[in-house]
Amino acid sequence: MDFTTQLLIAAISAGTPLLLATLGGILTERAGIIQLGAEGLMLMGAVTTCIVYIRSGNLILALLSAVAITALLGMVHSFLCVTLRANQTMSGLAMTLFGSGLSAYVGKSISGIPLPGSLPKLDLAALKPVPVLGELFGRLDMLTWFSLLLVLVLHLLIHHTSWGLHLRAVGDNPATADVMGIRVQLIRYCYVTAGAALIGLAGADMVLAYAPTWNEGLTAGRGWIAVGLVIFARWNPLRALFCAYFFGALDSLGFRIQLLGSAVPSYFLKMIPYVVTILVLMYLGYRNRNKPSGTPESLGTPYIREQRF
Amino acid sequence: MSPKPGNESATLPPLAGRSGRWYSLRLEYDSSRTRSPWWTPILSVVLALLLCAVFIAANGMSPLVVYEKMFRGAFGTSYGFTETMVKAIPLLLCGLGIAVAYRISVWNIGAEGQLTVGAMAATAVTIYFPSLSSFWSITLMLVFGTAAGALWGLMTAVPRTHFGVNELITSLMLNYVALLALDYVVFGPWKDPKGFNFPGSPMFTAAQSLPVLGSTRLHIGLIFGLVAVLIYYLMIRFTRWGYELRLIGANPTAARYAGIHIKKHIIIVMLISGGLAGIAGMAEVSGVTHKLMQGISPGYGYTAIIVAWLAKLNPLGLVVTSILFGGLIVGGYSVQTIGLPSSISEMLQGAILFFLIAGDMIHRFRIRRSA
Repeated sequence: MDFTTQLLIAAISAGTPLLLATLGGILTERAGIIQLGAEGLMLMGAVTTCIVYIRSGNLILALLSAVAITALLGMVHSFLCVTLRANQTMSGLAMTLFGSGLSAYVGKSISGIPLPGSLPKLDLAALKPVPVLGELFGRLDMLTWFSLLLVLVLHLLIHHTSWGLHLRAVGDNPATADVMGIRVQLIRYCYVTAGAALIGLAGADMVLAYAPTWNEGLTAGRGWIAVGLVIFARWNPLRALFCAYFFGALDSLGFRIQLLGSAVPSYFLKMIPYVVTILVLMYLGYRNRNKPSGTPESLGTPYIREQRF
Repeated sequence: MSPKPGNESATLPPLAGRSGRWYSLRLEYDSSRTRSPWWTPILSVVLALLLCAVFIAANGMSPLVVYEKMFRGAFGTSYGFTETMVKAIPLLLCGLGIAVAYRISVWNIGAEGQLTVGAMAATAVTIYFPSLSSFWSITLMLVFGTAAGALWGLMTAVPRTHFGVNELITSLMLNYVALLALDYVVFGPWKDPKGFNFPGSPMFTAAQSLPVLGSTRLHIGLIFGLVAVLIYYLMIRFTRWGYELRLIGANPTAARYAGIHIKKHIIIVMLISGGLAGIAGMAEVSGVTHKLMQGISPGYGYTAIIVAWLAKLNPLGLVVTSILFGGLIVGGYSVQTIGLPSSISEMLQGAILFFLIAGDMIHRFRIRRSA
């Protein structure tokens, strides 16, 4: 396998959890609720997957539990932000702190135990002779395929269906949406919960496809990178695909350079994704200073309906 | 609550057959009740303890035993109490910095990284100027530590003011960068050649260490913290700068029209915020660990966010909550002796924050019977 194919595979494998988390963030924020709890949700998704998979040996059950637990946390976030109109930034921070504490606590007993298996890969024997793609497609696992499908589904959902129209209306102008008879609070609950579940799935993917055992703080800030990626992607699922793979490539590039015997200490290579996140955000901020950034217009402002009657 | 003027509902007759049933109750939001009652922080701590008790019990331990162990470990003995105070120092300094920034709604969650670079800069002094007198060495460490923290804060402020980048993301990314830089120096150029291959800088000399109280580990960083709190109080209360901060905090639009340069203030508060965290880092290496090593901070920067929030940015509240959370960290360590992970304290912190932000809002609702 040549270097490009290897890098491509590594980029996709490192990029998939970022992609899932970014898509989750996009769903949440399109509905107008800031999601800064991604790091905590990913950790909870990862630890739940590990515990259930190791205890039961059932991969599907593990994935479902991860989704269920993080959806539950998503509901907590919705309750605080939608019903109570609490500070969305603080609620997200609380989620991250609580998630990292709780995951470390419950994960203590399974720390370092390897998982019984990894994700099944799709067997595409027919594609084998195709030069790069054959090699590539044979190595993608089911969550990667799922995430690719999800990009398409979410793109169509957001931009080409009436549900998506409602979602965008709720995120941009909830008061108008409300007048139009759209159930603002219900929609916010649904998408925040679904978004949290996707971020939980991202955590599950991290342990299943990327790092095969649980370790405290395993996500190492990838949840936060996903929060940044939501902004790079301008709340757009198709862009999210490219942004996530670009960062996946950066993430693995450091590792590759190290393998090639570079003189640069690995610590500096590991800094690359974090530094690039800041630089790209600065570049985008500079380039788009007079242009709309794609931010849902009422992102972060709780919707308070005036009393009816 | 009396009907507001203009609220026509008061004059309409009730819908037939609906009054008095359970489903005619509804929540009503009153946005004017912005000051939350004094007991919400206390209640949120209690509820967090109850919630985490469920997780502890589910893990097969008795929550009462665990909490008693934590409390005794943190406040029960004189050793425990001084340890709690030692942990409270960085929390107080970082929490104060976060509170200053939050005054104008600048979310600094980068205290962890600012503390780390502060500790690194202080250590640099011991490595590159090894034989200074006690006074000069401590002064230089303090200056370098503060400057490094402030620089790290500036790297968050400038993207915010000049490029419109959310400071939450920048400050957090810089935490990871700082921690990786710390790993680099302790495993690489600053590694103690006599350290049995242990990743860490050489031990500081007595001249490079902060004075301690008697035979305890409590160092004069406590004075730094208390002086900083006093200055914060005086500045916010009695200076033009403090007035401007309060004005921006209350109404940024009005402040802008009043001719207050908000960008300048963002940069100033981030310099202060980072500088204070840098002092905390300097005090940690010079007063507690006496060398630079991995894990110099068990998440002080993150805990300090809750400290600031729980204290409602109030100076005296900051002192009290720092001690409380210092106790929580020490208590977290003490449960390790009964085989529990210290992350129990992190879990409690997250839960406290959840209940706190909920409590701040819940009292704005009241249950009312619909007419």
